Amino acid sequence: MAVVTGAAGAAGPAGPAARDLAAARGRRRTRVAYLFLAPWILGVLGLTLGPMLASLYLSFTDYRLSGAPSWVGLANYQRMFTDDPRFWTSVGVTARYVVLSVPLQLAFALAIAVFLDRGVRGLALYRSVYYLPSLLGSSVAVAVLWRRLFSSDGLVVDLAGTVGIQLSGGWISDPERALDTLLVLNVWTFGSPMVIFLAGLRQIPDELIEAAKVDGAGAVQRFFRVVFPLLTPVVFFNLILQMIGAFQAFTPAYIVSAGTGGPADSTLFYTLYLFQSGFQAFDMGYASAMAWGLFIVIGAVTALNFAASRYWVHYGD
Amino acid sequence: MATRTASRRAVAWIAGQGWKHLLLLAFGFAMLYPLVWMFTQSFTPNDAVMGRAGEGGFTLDNYLDGWSALGVSFGRFMANSFLVAALSIVGNLVSCTLAAYAFARLEFRLRGPMFALMLATIMLPFHVTVVPQYIVFHQLGLIDTYVPLILPKFLAVESFFVFLMVQFIRGLPRTLDDAAALDGCGQLRTFWSVILPLCLPAIGVTAVFTFIWTWNDFFTPLLYLTSPDKYTAALGLSTFQDATGLTNYGALFAMSVVTLIPVFAVFLVAQKALTRGIATTGLK
Repeated sequence: MAVVTGAAGAAGPAGPAARDLAAARGRRRTRVAYLFLAPWILGVLGLTLGPMLASLYLSFTDYRLSGAPSWVGLANYQRMFTDDPRFWTSVGVTARYVVLSVPLQLAFALAIAVFLDRGVRGLALYRSVYYLPSLLGSSVAVAVLWRRLFSSDGLVVDLAGTVGIQLSGGWISDPERALDTLLVLNVWTFGSPMVIFLAGLRQIPDELIEAAKVDGAGAVQRFFRVVFPLLTPVVFFNLILQMIGAFQAFTPAYIVSAGTGGPADSTLFYTLYLFQSGFQAFDMGYASAMAWGLFIVIGAVTALNFAASRYWVHYGD
Repeated sequence: MATRTASRRAVAWIAGQGWKHLLLLAFGFAMLYPLVWMFTQSFTPNDAVMGRAGEGGFTLDNYLDGWSALGVSFGRFMANSFLVAALSIVGNLVSCTLAAYAFARLEFRLRGPMFALMLATIMLPFHVTVVPQYIVFHQLGLIDTYVPLILPKFLAVESFFVFLMVQFIRGLPRTLDDAAALDGCGQLRTFWSVILPLCLPAIGVTAVFTFIWTWNDFFTPLLYLTSPDKYTAALGLSTFQDATGLTNYGALFAMSVVTLIPVFAVFLVAQKALTRGIATTGLK
C-alpha cells in the first residue's frame, strides 16, 4: 500500500514533465510508424484513392486523352443505360459467366476436397496436380490452348467424335457456345478453392464425424448434416473471393476472341468492353463511368452476399 | 499360383483404397491432358493433321520457327518478363513487409481506419483506378516504360501481401520485440534483425505469388507497353497469335510452352509454400 502511494506521490510533482515525455515518445512512435507506412500511404493516395476520385470526376466528362475533359453531366451514364446495346450485352455475358462458373467451380472444388479429405494416401500429390491449373489458368498460353482445344478441328471435337458424339463445329466460333468454353476454363481452375476447402475440412474434429457415424448417419447425411454446416464459413469465403475474381476476368476472353469479344459479342466481358472503350476508342470518360459501374456492382453483390450469409453461414458455437 | 495371389491382391486393393486412387489418377490425367496435348503438339510437324498426344512425328522446328518468328526474339520477351518479375518481387517485399510491420506491431493514430482501408483495397477491382492511372502515366511520359508495371509494387498496391504479412507477424511472440527493445534496438533494428528473419515463410509465399502473377499478367503490359522490344512474354505470345492467326499452331504452341515453363518450374520448387499460402490466406 505504502509503496503504491509512494509511487503515486513521486509521480505527482513530476506529472506534467512525464506526460510531456510520454506524449513526445508517442509522437515519435507515430512518426516512426508513418515512416514504415510511407510507401503504402503514397500508394493508397496516389494510386488508389486519388485515381478513384479522378475516375469519378472523369465519368461526368467527355475526355479523349487530348485536350481537357469537358463536363457532360450524366451523359455517359445515360448512354450506358439507355443507348448502348453493347454495354448491356457485356453485362449479360459477365453475369452469366459469374453466376454459372463460380458455383460450378466451387461445387467441383468441394466435391474433390471431400473425396480427398480423409484416408486417401498421397493427398499431397493429388492436391498439387489438381492445383496446377489454378496457377496457369489466367495465362495467355492457356487461353491460346483453350482456343485451340475448342476450335472446329481441335481436340474436343475430335475426342467427342471418337466416342460417337458429333459436335457441329467448334465452340469457339459458335456464338451460342463460345462463352461455355470460358466457363469450362474457370471450372478447370478449381484447385485453389479446393486447397482452401481442404484446409477447412481439416479443422473439423474427427469426434463429430465419429459421433454422427455412431448415431447411424450415412455418408450423405454426414456430409449435409455435419460437414457442410461446419464448412459454410469457408464456402462463403471462397464464394466472395471467386466471385470478385470472376467479375474481373479479362485475359481468356481477350485471347479467345483476339480482343474483339466475338463471335457476335458472345465473349464480350465487361472488362473487355471497358478496355475497348477506354484504350482502343480512347473514350476515357465513358470507360470511367463503366469502371464505377463495375465497382458499384461488385460492392453491391458482395454486400448482398454478406447479408444473405446470415441465413446459411454458421460460425462456430 | 503366384499370379493368382497377385491378382487377388490387386482385386483386394481396388476394393479397398485402390478404386479411389484409380479414380483420382484418371481425373488428374483428364485435367492435365490438355497441357500434355499442347506439349506434344509443340513437337509435332505442322503438316501432320491435328491428332491426339503423341501422333504425327517429331520435330524441333516449331521451337526454332516460333523463337524468332516476330521481329524481336522470344528470348527478349522472356528476359523482359524476368526483369519485370524480379523488380516486382523486390518492390512487393520491401513495401509490404514495412507496412505490415507497422500494422502488426506499431501504435499510431488512425491505425484502425487505415487497416480497414487496407483490407478494403484488397477487394477493389483495379479497373476502377486504371483509367486515371493511365492518364497520369501518359502525362508523365511513362507510357512504354516499365514504371507503370513496377511502381505500384513499390507502393504496396497489392495489399493482399500486406494482409498476409500482418497475419504472419501477429503470430510471432511479442516477447521477441520486448527483448529487442530492452537490448536497445530501435524499431528499424527490431524490424530488420528480429522480425524479418522470422518472416521467411511469408516472404517466400509473397515472392512466389508475385512472380506468378506478374509473369501471367497480361492486362498491364497490354495497356502500357507499345514497342515490341519491351514486350513481356505474355504480350509477346498474344502478339504472336495475332500475327500468325490460325496458320502456325505448332510454333504458337511451342512458344506457349516456353512461356509456361517458368511458372511450372516455380510450381515444382515451391508447391508446398504455394498450397500453404493459399490455405491460410485464400490467394489465387
